[in-house]
Amino acid sequence: MGDLFVLAEHRQGELREITFEMLSKAPEVAKELGGDVVTVLLGSGVDAFAEKLAAYSDKVLYVDDPLFADYNSDKYQKVLAELLKTHKPDVFMVGHTTQGVDMAPALAVELKLPMVTDVMDIHFSDGKLSPVRQYYSGKVNADFGFKGDPPYLLTIREASFEIVEGSKQGAIEKVESPLKEDLDYRRFIEYIEAEVGDVDITQSEILVAVGRGIREDKNMTLIEDLAKAIGADICGSRAATDAGWLPHDRQVGTSGRVVKPKLYIAIGISGAFQHLAGMKGAKTIVAINKDPDAPIFTEADYAIIDDLFKVVPKLTEKITELKG
Amino acid sequence: MKTFVCIKRVPDTSEAEVKVDATGKEVDSSRFSFDINDADNYAVEEAILIKEAKEGTVQVICLGPKDADVMIRMALAKGGDSAIRVEDPRIFAKDPLQVAKVLAATIKQEGDFDLVLTGCMSADNWNMAVGVALAEELGVPHAAMVNKVEVLDGKVKVNRELEGGLSEVLEVSLPAVLTIQTGINEPRYAPIRGIRAAQKKELKVLGLDDLGVAEDEVSEANSLIELMQMYVPELESKAEIIEGEPEEKAEIMAQKLVKGGLL
Repeated sequence: MGDLFVLAEHRQGELREITFEMLSKAPEVAKELGGDVVTVLLGSGVDAFAEKLAAYSDKVLYVDDPLFADYNSDKYQKVLAELLKTHKPDVFMVGHTTQGVDMAPALAVELKLPMVTDVMDIHFSDGKLSPVRQYYSGKVNADFGFKGDPPYLLTIREASFEIVEGSKQGAIEKVESPLKEDLDYRRFIEYIEAEVGDVDITQSEILVAVGRGIREDKNMTLIEDLAKAIGADICGSRAATDAGWLPHDRQVGTSGRVVKPKLYIAIGISGAFQHLAGMKGAKTIVAINKDPDAPIFTEADYAIIDDLFKVVPKLTEKITELKG
Repeated sequence: MKTFVCIKRVPDTSEAEVKVDATGKEVDSSRFSFDINDADNYAVEEAILIKEAKEGTVQVICLGPKDADVMIRMALAKGGDSAIRVEDPRIFAKDPLQVAKVLAATIKQEGDFDLVLTGCMSADNWNMAVGVALAEELGVPHAAMVNKVEVLDGKVKVNRELEGGLSEVLEVSLPAVLTIQTGINEPRYAPIRGIRAAQKKELKVLGLDDLGVAEDEVSEANSLIELMQMYVPELESKAEIIEGEPEEKAEIMAQKLVKGGLL
């Protein structure tokens, strides 16, 4: 039977968590497939990564070449296409990350691979691989099956699987890169680090978070009043920063900041998984949203299912009274 | 610059109740409100900004039903020059790779181009796959999740938005496909004069036969993936639900926060 290939993801000298999340689910999947867990690593000067990944793999296949010093989806695609054609695994898992989504669909087209994206769970029914993904703001799940021939390409949602410390001692095999010269049509220039504004929300003890539900800039005063009353900093969902209600450095979520305050009050935020991933480490979570099906409530400790415009001003008033 | 921008009509389900329909493979969308996909709206604006800076044309492409004409006209009112809507019940729109094939055939039929912009994600399907697959179908380079575009001579310098607020700067040769991230610009409102002018702009409606795409290539029966069932997941919530009228809820919550030592 075929193997399970997992693409190791790394950036700026660090293996990213998604790699270990995928590798923690991998043994279960590989067992069903009746094959090995093979981690594929492309990089430059990455012997130490290969060693580390061997603890989570039956085998590590790695390319160590200066051409792979920085991520480039086109270079990755060229090498991965060759590796998949040579080794013919059953399943190839890639992170549904800014690296993975920039590469996987093109690879699927090139090799005519059956692909299911943004996979949050993996089942087997009658021995057949069945990935699970979501639609419509995360309100419905869908079970998928495959009709074409393997390798099956899955892009895996971040934070879907708990990391389990690896205890394997996989073989490490260095492979020659089939890519002999640099590509001229896509060139990495540099990274630009995130701007840090007047407030670093990753350090805040209390956060009031605002989302699409606040509707307009002028309604932000409701949020500001509450924040002032409880000594909180203000942050928000992607919708709030995109709309310009808050600066970008106040965005909570996978593309923004990951926060772990003592108290997080989410107001008018439905709770896309990207947002939840950024705030579920908060100690106490209060969610105010009129939609009882909003995913934010899955992470909440206190749920207020109501119109924020009716609740928030009263909440501010009552807190101010009680605090005297 | 000859630019194509691909847009999609999607339901707003952020506050809607979502129920699976009788087929078990789709949801009942009869009570949803629809609009242009959020990221696509930013892609339209970026295409028009590029046209304003560099001259050229913006052609709007939409795979979708007649109801999408309203939002297509809106994109034309903002500065798009012409549009093509592709509609054919044989296309399996749940497979992003099939959608990419249809869009590629549509663009190829129109001849050369410099740039294709798409939204980086559709709010209903969340695949983040169509734009990058489209680039491969067209045989041109791409960059996904772009939040800054600078058009240079024969290439674009773009910023890709990565995790944690980090950006990656890269240069991509033209022609190219860019998938646009939300927040890249401030989408304009369509001016009244533009809305009137848009009614006179060309909007072609094409099917698979017009595009020379075989049903085999894009149908559900021939997709390599199968959507077996859709279902509403059990929401596992450990939350204490605060009951009462809005004012009572506020009172109870305030008590818990102040007296419970949470502040």
